[in-house]
Amino acid sequence: MLIKGKALVYGDKIDTDVIIPAKYLKSTDPEFLGQHAMEPIDPNFYNKARQGVILVAGKAFGMGSSREQAAIALKAAGVKAIVAESFARIFFRNAINNGLPVITASGISKEVKEGDIVEVNVETGEIAINGEKRITGKGITGMALDILKSGGLLIYLKGNRTKR
Amino acid sequence: MPLTLTEKILSRASDRRVSPGDVVEVKVDLVGFHDLTGYHVIEVMEKSGMMEVWDNERLVVAFDHLAPPPDQRSAEIQGFIRSFVKKMRIPNFHDINKGIMHQLFIESYALPGQVIIGADSHTTTSGAVGAFSQGMGASDVAAAVITGKTWLTVPEPFKITLKGEPSKWITGKDVVLKILGEFKAEYFNGKSIEVEVESPFHFPMDYRATVSNMGIEMNADALMFIPDKETVRFIKENRGIEPPIITPDKEAKYYGEYDIELNKLEPLVAAPHSVDNVKTAREVSGTEVDQVFIGSCTNGRISDFEIAVKILKGKKVKTRTIAIPASYSVFKKAMELGYIEILVNAGCIVTYGTCGPCLGGHFGIAGPNEVIVSTSSRNFKGRMGSPESKVYLSGPAVAAATALTGKITDPRDLNVN
Repeated sequence: MLIKGKALVYGDKIDTDVIIPAKYLKSTDPEFLGQHAMEPIDPNFYNKARQGVILVAGKAFGMGSSREQAAIALKAAGVKAIVAESFARIFFRNAINNGLPVITASGISKEVKEGDIVEVNVETGEIAINGEKRITGKGITGMALDILKSGGLLIYLKGNRTKR
Repeated sequence: MPLTLTEKILSRASDRRVSPGDVVEVKVDLVGFHDLTGYHVIEVMEKSGMMEVWDNERLVVAFDHLAPPPDQRSAEIQGFIRSFVKKMRIPNFHDINKGIMHQLFIESYALPGQVIIGADSHTTTSGAVGAFSQGMGASDVAAAVITGKTWLTVPEPFKITLKGEPSKWITGKDVVLKILGEFKAEYFNGKSIEVEVESPFHFPMDYRATVSNMGIEMNADALMFIPDKETVRFIKENRGIEPPIITPDKEAKYYGEYDIELNKLEPLVAAPHSVDNVKTAREVSGTEVDQVFIGSCTNGRISDFEIAVKILKGKKVKTRTIAIPASYSVFKKAMELGYIEILVNAGCIVTYGTCGPCLGGHFGIAGPNEVIVSTSSRNFKGRMGSPESKVYLSGPAVAAATALTGKITDPRDLNVN
């Protein structure tokens, strides 16, 4: 699975309260959540992300709360994949469980500037920046890949049950 | 080969010998969700067409984030969950008058050696009694509710040893802020932390719950206190049962080890806007404060209010002060001990059993440019309300001392015995 897009770049420790503030958590509507994604630090995020972007970030992306709306909001806003130095565990799972590819790639935040064209191979973790520079991150494999491809954890679970 | 507590618990739960890095399917002992995440869990279940609960006695539901409902939508959400609870016959349901879910787990449900999954990141709190307990999102929790299982990557265990006796005013919050200040918020990502207390009764369950609660702020997969005499005492006194005890093997190997001398700690705070921006209270003392919050699943327990009333007894607060015991039973005990009367006489606003302002939900949301001192767990930008507000996290002693003076205050600089 190859995903290509313009990069939006953020720093370390982008937390869930920043990704989607708690006041919006009484809804699970993707479109509504997408409009408020990253609002506290970047009120223009929704407009920037709409054409389809790759989010590049530093360490512990998505740290904090378990709110699944964090992954839903970013995906709905237009984020096609996230590449970060590292992810917080719960956010990583939430992203996979909602069909949003997340790739861990050490050194990525130093290599990518806002607006660079980033191409990600989800399975191998290979990343190309502006068609030139290459970095190898951690691809998604095994059960996580199956969940991602099926489009969500519960769809995957149901599929497995029917097979049995 | 000698095993850590993490390996022992996850080996039992997966019916195989596990090592760090293994991806395993585990049976869960308990699953929990609250109002703000629970409706999402149920929506996911409904959408999947798998509206079933693997064991209705092992699901715990508690209303805390939206309790009592601050708006109509919150009331709708709670109504939706009440119908689910009724339909699925969930006996362990706690409506708005019972308390914060994590506190209820400690009081009534969690046991050493269990695997606990909750739709809330602070599910790590039950690590205080020695359970492998972690938060997950709505889909993962829905899957666990349906199947009684989940999958996880076995974390790399790290050991922290607490030595000696804490000095006056030093509690669990100072320990957890010390760890965050030393290691920063990213270090324990992918690791579990096992804490050994050398003198069990000098670091009681309330303090342990604060430390485990904020294990998630260290990005740890779980933060467990190795069960000891204090664990047994606490569970016996609260539930009248002798808990099962599970401990790591003596020669177990850890990714790393770190010791803390409790008597060397000073009152600490986490300054805006990061949990690992740790300073001593004295470094920031004198900072003018608009509001103090003493409560939450981090620090809303009886020992927290015991400390607060030592400082506030017979005095008046100089800043808006909100006090929220974490559960009905904490509130009731605080009432019996006279703490509630002292807090009210000092001018505090008191309620119980709600997360309140911690996540900017209600009951004291921060306005633009306001400075808050809070005993809760997070000071991220906008966490308690306006992105222009500033939140300092502290333990109950610094919070109460600050309430008294209106400025951030190290309790040692007050004349209190």
